[in-house]
Amino acid sequence: MAPVATPFFFYLLSGIMLIGGVLVITRKNPVHSALALIVTLLAQASIYLMLYAPFVAGVQIILYAGGIMVLFLFVIMLVSVDRVQRERQFNSQWVVGIIAATALGGLFMAVYTKGKDIFPEHALPMVENDNTQQIAMKLYGQYMFAFEIASLLLLVAIIGAVVMAKKRI
Amino acid sequence: MESMLHITTLHYLVLGAALFLLGVIGVLTRRNVVIVLMSIELILNAVNLNLVAFSRMWGGLHGQVFAIFVITDAAAEAAVGLGILIAFFRNKETVNIDEVNLLKW
Repeated sequence: MAPVATPFFFYLLSGIMLIGGVLVITRKNPVHSALALIVTLLAQASIYLMLYAPFVAGVQIILYAGGIMVLFLFVIMLVSVDRVQRERQFNSQWVVGIIAATALGGLFMAVYTKGKDIFPEHALPMVENDNTQQIAMKLYGQYMFAFEIASLLLLVAIIGAVVMAKKRI
Repeated sequence: MESMLHITTLHYLVLGAALFLLGVIGVLTRRNVVIVLMSIELILNAVNLNLVAFSRMWGGLHGQVFAIFVITDAAAEAAVGLGILIAFFRNKETVNIDEVNLLKW
């Protein structure tokens, strides 16, 4: 199926992502920031669909928006004190932080102006019927070792999170 | 205007760089530790967008597999980071990152 109205969807979704990102870093209430981050993650899943990556889009929605952000909301409800919302929101090194971020932005602009001609104009059309099967064949074939290490990492993270949050070890 | 209407890989990379910059600003300037952790998730998502965009450009699926591993890693890191935050909050009753200074000289 040929893609339709690609520029409209790209600019709409990237606008939603950037507005959501700005809301994440500027809201005083952490619950508002978490909701803005969920909107950003859902828009990013839609951009993954535009990039012919339906499995990564599904993983993003289920794991990231449905797992990690719910964990964030639980912890916000546990640690959120009422007086937090009435204080200042920027920390004591925000001037140095803004200078460093401006330097990073300048570096990005330099890289963009130097290297924007090396990308090919037209992208190859990719088949998306068997995307999940192809990813499964790579994940369990070529990247099997990394898969096992990732499961070990998740086990370590579970043990670490439980030990860290316990009242008495 | 013509080059802005045809969406190439470069558009996705610029979007990823903008998200990365927003995440870096959030990490460096906010006071609330939870929002700093959420800005780290923004940074990881920008990297994922770059990976999937390059995977589309080159045709192979290695970038998408790497993106799946990055999402797994972000889940593990968010869990441990929030566990540390809960342990810290139990001791000091604050989520202010300026007061995380027990190791200061």
